[in-house]
This record gives sequence, structure tokens and C-alpha cells, in this order.
Amino acid sequence: MPDLPLPDARFADIPLGLALLVLALWLIATRRDRSAVIGFTAYGLLVAVVWVRLGAIDVALTEAALGGGLMGLLLLTAAARLGEPRGQPAPPMFMRLLVGLLCVGVTGVLAVVVLSLPTPAPNLVAAVAEHQHTTELGNPVAAVLVAFRAVDTLLESVVLALAVIVLWSFAPDAAWGERPRTLELGTPGPALVLLARLLPPLGLVVGVHLFWAGADDPGGPFQAGAVLAAMATLMWLARLGAPPPVQSRLTRVGLVVGPLVFLLIGLAGVVAADAFLGYPEGLTKPLILIIEAVKTLSVAVALALLVAGPPALPGNHLPSRAAS
Amino acid sequence: MDWRDVLTLTLVSLGALFFVAGYVGLARFPNALSRMHALSEVDTVGLGLVILGLLPQASWPFGMLKLIALWLVVLLAGGTTGQMLAGAIHAGIGDNDDAASAGSKPGNSRRSAG
Repeated sequence: MPDLPLPDARFADIPLGLALLVLALWLIATRRDRSAVIGFTAYGLLVAVVWVRLGAIDVALTEAALGGGLMGLLLLTAAARLGEPRGQPAPPMFMRLLVGLLCVGVTGVLAVVVLSLPTPAPNLVAAVAEHQHTTELGNPVAAVLVAFRAVDTLLESVVLALAVIVLWSFAPDAAWGERPRTLELGTPGPALVLLARLLPPLGLVVGVHLFWAGADDPGGPFQAGAVLAAMATLMWLARLGAPPPVQSRLTRVGLVVGPLVFLLIGLAGVVAADAFLGYPEGLTKPLILIIEAVKTLSVAVALALLVAGPPALPGNHLPSRAAS
Repeated sequence: MDWRDVLTLTLVSLGALFFVAGYVGLARFPNALSRMHALSEVDTVGLGLVILGLLPQASWPFGMLKLIALWLVVLLAGGTTGQMLAGAIHAGIGDNDDAASAGSKPGNSRRSAG
């Protein structure tokens, strides 16, 4: 509509920023675990909208899928596991003051650092734009993640597998070989079961689309894996299936295949492209697609297993606060 | 301004009105169930009108289909969470601060969550 004088779109950011601040303050002030978790989930979605307004769609997708989605579920199950604290004395005043001062200090330092940056802030945008064509990827974020800073991405995918191993090591000896039971929270209602039947086919398509589109548009293995993991946890919550037992060979292969293939292709690069994690010319795009496909799978498996919790004995999945 | 822009302005404004009404209801209604009723109206009618209003601006076919799919997914999610929240309130799970909502349900034994 060129003939209509529209107000500056940035005016829409003022209520958004205010809502974010108010919600953050409320999150700190609230005393109930569950309310705080629900508020934190809403906060994650608001932050995702902020990232969209800043033009960082890749970050927004990750924040919405992880901060607004899986993290919310993870924290909700943690809150349910802990139960509501009763009769615990509030921490002494000097402790609260100390924590408050530390938080204000960190915020102040961050604010000073951000505000003292030159405009535009020092960045590698020009360098990425100059060399992006060598990766045959249209999405500069994907080019950085899988080519220019591939070592970081490789280590991140290894960290996810390690996190699952650490989580599993919290299992009591007797529960080893059992399946995770953290998501077995009462009998699911019919509405949840219906949702868990209708949504996963759609989520599967969205997840694969995010992976495939991630080469040229915002998206990528992490966002795709998070959506796929959310679908798995939804089905587990509705008891339409159960998380695999920890000794399932298929699960373990799925967990490590991403980092392993990434590492092998990276090592092959030493011979074929004269650099660890270098891609030989002509094979760049296919190799990157293979890496991203297996990484999507491994991220999905790892995130779903992290939400599902450590293996537990039947009926023993919700220890009370006093017992633990 | 052609007829499509007029349609968009009208329908989106009408939808926004429903959003305002819904959030007034969220702030003013006495108990959790009626507050949820207000919110589900926002989801269905308010968002429906906004999406209907945005359809003439979207590209055919994929832009329009995406908008419609978006509305359907929100309907599905909103309906499900509404049912689950109402179920939790009926079962006495949940921490309503106001005595009005606890008193409005006769025979509401307040069991603890677990």
C-alpha cells in the first residue's frame, strides 16, 4: 500500500520490549516453580519474536523450538519431580541482597559492553559473504555452521551425545536397562491423545522441511531435530509409545551417527582437501547435506532422550522431595 | 487502496477487537474456567478474523495455505490445552490464588498434584 502513510514499524517493538521486561521481572519475583516454568516458556516465545524483529530468523527458530518448547517440557517435569516446596524458610536477607547485587552487576557490565560497541559492531559478515559461494549454500548461517566454523559445530554435536551419557549415568544401578519414565505423568486425557495423533505427521513434515530448507533459507539440523524430538516426546507423554530402553542398539546408533559421520567426513578432508573438516571441490554440497541429515537425526534422538530422563524402574519415577 | 486492502483493514481490525475483548475477559473474569473461555474465543474468532483478513495479501497458493494451516494448528493446540487445563481444574490440580474460583466448583476436593 504505497498510497497510505504507515507508522514506523519499529513502534511495534516498544510494547514487545516492555512485555519482555515485565515478564522477566515477574519471572524473578514469582515463588512458585510451576508458574515460573510456564512464564519462562512464554518468555522464550517472546524472545523468539524479538529475534524475528532483529532479522535473525535462524536464532528465532531455535529459541522457539528449544526455549519455548522442549525446555519448557523439561523444566515442567523437573518442577513436577521436585514438588512444591513447603515450609522451607526464605533465604536470609543479606543473601538475597547479595544475589540481587550480583545480578545487577552482571546486567550492568553487559549493558556497558553492548552500549560501548562501535556501530557497526566488529563482525565477519563481509568475509562470510565473500566466501559463501564456495559452500554452495544460500543461507550464510548454515555456511558458517557447517563449513567456516565446522569444528565448533562438530564439538556441539559431540556435547549432545555426551549429555545423554551423563544423564543416563544418573540412573540407579537397579534401573539400568530399563526405559526412561520421567514423562509418565498420570493418565493422559483424551485431548492430549488426540493431539499426539494429529500433530506428529505435521511435525514430521515441518521438521524435514526445516532441515531441507536450512541450506538456503533459515532453518537447519538443530531446529529440525528439536521439532522432531518434540513430536517424539508428545507421543511419549500421551503414552502412544514409550522411550526406548537404554540398551536399545538402534537408539545408540542414532545418537552417535551424526557426530561420527561428521568426524569421518572431516578426517577424509585431511586427505581429499588438505584440511581437517575441509570439503573437496565439487563434493561440497552433497557432503554438507549428508552431514546435516545425520546430524538432524542425532539431534532429534539426543534432545528426545534428554527430555525423557534417565532410565527408571516402573512406578519409581516420581520420588518425593523428601526421599531424594 | 483497492478492495483487498479494505477487506484486510476491516477484518484485521475486527479480529483485534476480539483480542482486546478476550484479554479484558482474561483480566476481569472471576474464575479460571471463564477466563479460559475468553481466551479460547481469542484463539478461534480473533485469530480466524486476522488470518481471513491477511489472506488477500498473501500469495496464492502457498502463502494462503500456510496462513490457513497456521490457524488450524493454533485451533488444535488451543483446543487441546483448553481441554487439559479444564481437566486439571476439575481434578483439583492447579493453584488458583483467588478463593472465587475454588469456591465456584462445588465438591471440588483440592488434591495435590502428583
